[in-house]
Amino acid sequence: MLSPAAREQILALCDRYPEGKRKSAVMDALFIAQGEQGYLSPETFREIAELLHLAPVHVAAVATFYTMYEKEPVGKHIIDICCNISCLLRGSSEIIAHLEQRLGITRGETTPDGLITVREAECIGACSQAPAGQVNYRFFEHLTIEKVDEILDQLQAGKALVSPEEVTHG
Amino acid sequence: MAERRVLTEHLRTPNAYQLDTWQANGGYSSLPTLFARQPAEWVEEVKTSGLVGRGGAGFPTGTKWSFLAKGTGHPTYLVVNADESEPGTCHDRQLLTHLPHLMIEGIICACWAIEAHHAFIYIRGEYAYAAERLEAAIAEAHAAGLLGQTVDGHDFPLRITVHRGAGAYICGEETALLSSLEGDRGQPRMKPPFPAVAGLYGAPTIVNNAQTICSIPFIVRNGGEWFAGINLEPESKSPGPRIVSVSGHVERPGLYELENGTPFREIIYDICGGIPNGRDLKAVIPGGSSMPMLPKDVILECTTSFESIREHGSHAGSGAIIVMDDTTHIPTASWRIAKFYAHESCGKCTPCREGNPWSVKILERMLSGKGDARDLRMLDDICDSMERNSFCALGIAAAWALAGGLRHFRHEFAALIDNPGDVPGYPSPPTYTYIR
Repeated sequence: MLSPAAREQILALCDRYPEGKRKSAVMDALFIAQGEQGYLSPETFREIAELLHLAPVHVAAVATFYTMYEKEPVGKHIIDICCNISCLLRGSSEIIAHLEQRLGITRGETTPDGLITVREAECIGACSQAPAGQVNYRFFEHLTIEKVDEILDQLQAGKALVSPEEVTHG
Repeated sequence: MAERRVLTEHLRTPNAYQLDTWQANGGYSSLPTLFARQPAEWVEEVKTSGLVGRGGAGFPTGTKWSFLAKGTGHPTYLVVNADESEPGTCHDRQLLTHLPHLMIEGIICACWAIEAHHAFIYIRGEYAYAAERLEAAIAEAHAAGLLGQTVDGHDFPLRITVHRGAGAYICGEETALLSSLEGDRGQPRMKPPFPAVAGLYGAPTIVNNAQTICSIPFIVRNGGEWFAGINLEPESKSPGPRIVSVSGHVERPGLYELENGTPFREIIYDICGGIPNGRDLKAVIPGGSSMPMLPKDVILECTTSFESIREHGSHAGSGAIIVMDDTTHIPTASWRIAKFYAHESCGKCTPCREGNPWSVKILERMLSGKGDARDLRMLDDICDSMERNSFCALGIAAAWALAGGLRHFRHEFAALIDNPGDVPGYPSPPTYTYIR
């Protein structure tokens, strides 16, 4: 069940769109539900459908179209390493291989303690700062083995990570 | 030098994302000029500027605005396409993160010109932090009377809604974006009707790229003629400053705002410092991974004008310049790009949905030394079929990307079949999808 706060937030989304166009709110509604529950289940689709006056199958159809909606449990932290062309040219293969080796998992998997999921991402829009990745959808750029180790150390020690994008300019 | 910082002038100014800093640096100074003239005059001014869409198709912005259907009984909407997802392209994220008020100023200008009172910014889901910055800037603008029932004291109600995508390249295609914004799966729609006639919620809608919108305030401030004059090739019809994202094998990859017609030779060797490690240039993708790559001798004859790149067999696309040195194995690079399109095909039409995974499968077969003499011709056939028969530009883009490599570096593909044991190890492929 979604919390009353989440339900309220989802209903409030409707005000962002013209009257009668509450279907538009479904994408953000899915993000809100995922933020609370970690991933999206058929039960959640039904709840969102009810709130937005949609068919549950429509909510499921939207959720399964987009890659950022998790349909299965994932780790507490998600590390996405871009492996598309610009990052590939600057060594992303070595970066993701190092993550796999240190965590003992293969891309797409989660560590047994449920802490970290590692994934190969498509272009994330940090091509000029390659190789790049995202941790919980915050950017980390110019990655090196050392930087990746630092990030893992922080996450494993339960410390908060601050993405350079929040502090640097351009 | 052909660098010309207009949109990016304050990209590195500390705190330029905040309203007071933005205003202290000339932000929102376009508004008095804007409201002093009628909307239709601004459509003409933007036509005079010669501004063409920065997203990839390069359609003249003022002309697009003039196509808006009038008297439909529906409201008019502006939709900003900030779903920047074309591999190699990374400048809109910086604009949105560091200069969100420039985006708002651009939206005010565009909405006045097209007489819209509700604008949407469709921002890709991965740009979560940029979206937060935008929301905060919109709240600041509301509090300062720059948005809301009046804009800067003028009787012109305007609101902006930020709509986050959730990871789908296809949503950069304008009709797929509108589907997504309406709360559906992001699949493209048949054109016509074009969005200017029947777009968002069936209402007349202008969809403009983020950088296009960010260019408008400077046209308002300085005039269309000024913008049209930022052009090293007077006969070129793609004038103005344009931000390019340079990535790959150069000493200084980054964002550079350039005058139209800047030679690639200057971009690669002067502005970006040349090829690292004493290597030689091999090929360049001039406009995002969809555009055909060009070999060294061809690209070094090109400038950034749309005409120059087109004459040489590619397109300016999104303005993403991907540089590859002589260590790059072109079939491996082509395979990685093909894999992207296979992942992102929306599944609506058969040529793209089937063609992309098949081209990946064939490339993986070749790269793992199991290629067949028929494989090259089969890749040609797939490219041809996707280019001719795909429903939207995604399938066409995928075909162009692969065909460019096949055209200029065919010998490297052929070598995989002739000497199957001899597959270069660089760049080392991440993972094969189909062959393990």
